[in-house]
Amino acid sequence: MDREGAPLMTRWHAMRALAYLVLAGGVVLYLGPFVIQVVTSFKTDADATANPVSLVPDPVTLDAWRTVAGKNPAVRSPVDRWLANSFIVTISVTLGRVALASLAGYALARLRFPGRRVVSAGLIAVIAVPGIVLLIPKFLVLQQLNLFDTYAGMIVPLLADVGSILLMKAAFEAVPYELEEAAIIDGAGVFARFWQVVLPLTVPALITVVILSFQGSWNEFTHFLVATSDPDKATLNLGIARLTAGGLSQGSQFPLKLALATLSTLPIAIVYVFFSRYFTRSVASTGVKG
Amino acid sequence: MTTSHNASIGESSSDTRATAAAARPPWHRRPLVREAGTGWLFVSPAVIVFLLFFVTPIVMAVWVSLLEWNGQSNPFNDFEFVGLENYRRLLTDDSLLREDFAISVRNTVYYVAVFVPAVATLSFGLALIVNNRVLKGRGFFRTAFYFPSITSSVAISVTILFLFQGSGVINTMLSWVGIEGPVWFNDARGLVHIFLDGLGVVDPQSPPGWLADNDVLGLSLWQWIAGPSVAMCALLFLAIWTTSGTFMLFFLAGLQNIPPEVEEAAAVDGAGSWQRFRYVTLPLMRPSLALVVTLALIGSWQVFDQVFIISQGAPSKTTQTPAYLSYTKSFGDGRFGQGAAVAVVLFVIIVVLTGGLRWIARERR
Repeated sequence: MDREGAPLMTRWHAMRALAYLVLAGGVVLYLGPFVIQVVTSFKTDADATANPVSLVPDPVTLDAWRTVAGKNPAVRSPVDRWLANSFIVTISVTLGRVALASLAGYALARLRFPGRRVVSAGLIAVIAVPGIVLLIPKFLVLQQLNLFDTYAGMIVPLLADVGSILLMKAAFEAVPYELEEAAIIDGAGVFARFWQVVLPLTVPALITVVILSFQGSWNEFTHFLVATSDPDKATLNLGIARLTAGGLSQGSQFPLKLALATLSTLPIAIVYVFFSRYFTRSVASTGVKG
Repeated sequence: MTTSHNASIGESSSDTRATAAAARPPWHRRPLVREAGTGWLFVSPAVIVFLLFFVTPIVMAVWVSLLEWNGQSNPFNDFEFVGLENYRRLLTDDSLLREDFAISVRNTVYYVAVFVPAVATLSFGLALIVNNRVLKGRGFFRTAFYFPSITSSVAISVTILFLFQGSGVINTMLSWVGIEGPVWFNDARGLVHIFLDGLGVVDPQSPPGWLADNDVLGLSLWQWIAGPSVAMCALLFLAIWTTSGTFMLFFLAGLQNIPPEVEEAAAVDGAGSWQRFRYVTLPLMRPSLALVVTLALIGSWQVFDQVFIISQGAPSKTTQTPAYLSYTKSFGDGRFGQGAAVAVVLFVIIVVLTGGLRWIARERR
């Protein structure tokens, strides 16, 4: 054992150094594009084209950001409108999802009612439906309900989310039933038990639902694509997508586009920095479920 | 079926009911109180949204796929019923729609062939490294690798478009090592065609007759074997980059479910690190692997955002996907019947593939 000890240690050190090297390369590969995204937004069009890799804008310019902020008199910027729409939709969807998910989660975890199993099975079936297949059909339904080009049509279809419901259901199931029994003896009704006793104990799950809903609805693109054609209703991502998809021929304007991309990434990045473990935890739990 | 039937009979006899009740969670023991109303009150908002925006769309898609309909009139009282005509055009008739669909299926098959193994291997590798207990800063690396997965597909697509410009970041970096990069998003050449050309076996300008003259679903065999186009490779890079973080976390969850004693026991028995991985870790990771492969496969058939933003199906339709075809047929050409038919067929393909994969995974267990 002693004789083998030393070379084993050096080999082990070499392996560890190699692992760190791979990881460092990985970090450059996974985060580098975001660095380039931000840096390029401070470049001039010519600089972005001539020196795409350079991490130092030469010269540093706020032109792209000024255009985004509507300070460029030559271009009327719709970005303030896009941002407002994004926030309206994101906040509504997040609040709505938390409400719907905690109500449904509580009922499925704790209440006995006919059809409970059918509802649970239905939720699993909804997961199995590939989302992109619903793209055209959702437009058809929105149009029949006269919800096309309305905020309601953009928000309501996103309110019910299976992942959120299952997350809340699991959180409610983890609350000891004895607490509720005590409340029942005190004469508390179902709603009082839900609101005052159980819900306050599921705060970590609620935070997870809030964060995932915020992230999901801020990033949402395809649903809005078929829910509205009104430029005044476009969210930030929809606006960027239409600008990029349609504007390929009219010059590249990459600093502007990457400033918009940065703007779209920023809120998610901020939330992620502070709450990253809520993101990873939810993935881990769905992974076990699948 | 028989087991569930037996169980329900068993439960109805009084003594089994008592034992079953004892095994159940406590809240099941109390009699059914006035909770039926409250229960439905609580679930109904979610159920109504699901009925309106998940169930109804599926039914409507099937209905509209049987119509010739432009998306404007009411499809329930003002329509032209054409029966299976849209499906015939899509699958059997010699039509542009069938050729487009065949191209999109071909593109997706190559997408699957590259994406699924690449992303599964990469994310498994990342998970193994990041799970290594002796490494410091594992949390940071996890956070970094997962970041592209949580940012918006739109922002990512814009950035990828910039990186893969003809004289963009990727090609500049390739030029540092003496490689002249292609004009990514204008390059329709398939990798297999390039490879065959490079070997000097086949001249892409005049492929052998048996390849050029025989066709399946309106697409010549020569077109079928093209491989993913150079443009598609850029989209594949994007997909692998943005999903490997998520799949890494799936694998990580699986790895952390393996009790350390299992590997320790194997080590004590004299198994080397490769043997431990091959005969202990890998078999225990089969469920995670099956999950990741299934999700990657389903995801591959739903590629849409990147195509819409970056390539619009170009060049030469080599990045056209079934989902994008369904969208352009509907909103671009106003042929919602055909678009819906594509969506329905895509739905069937995904369900069959998922079912098939589950069956394979179960068979080996």
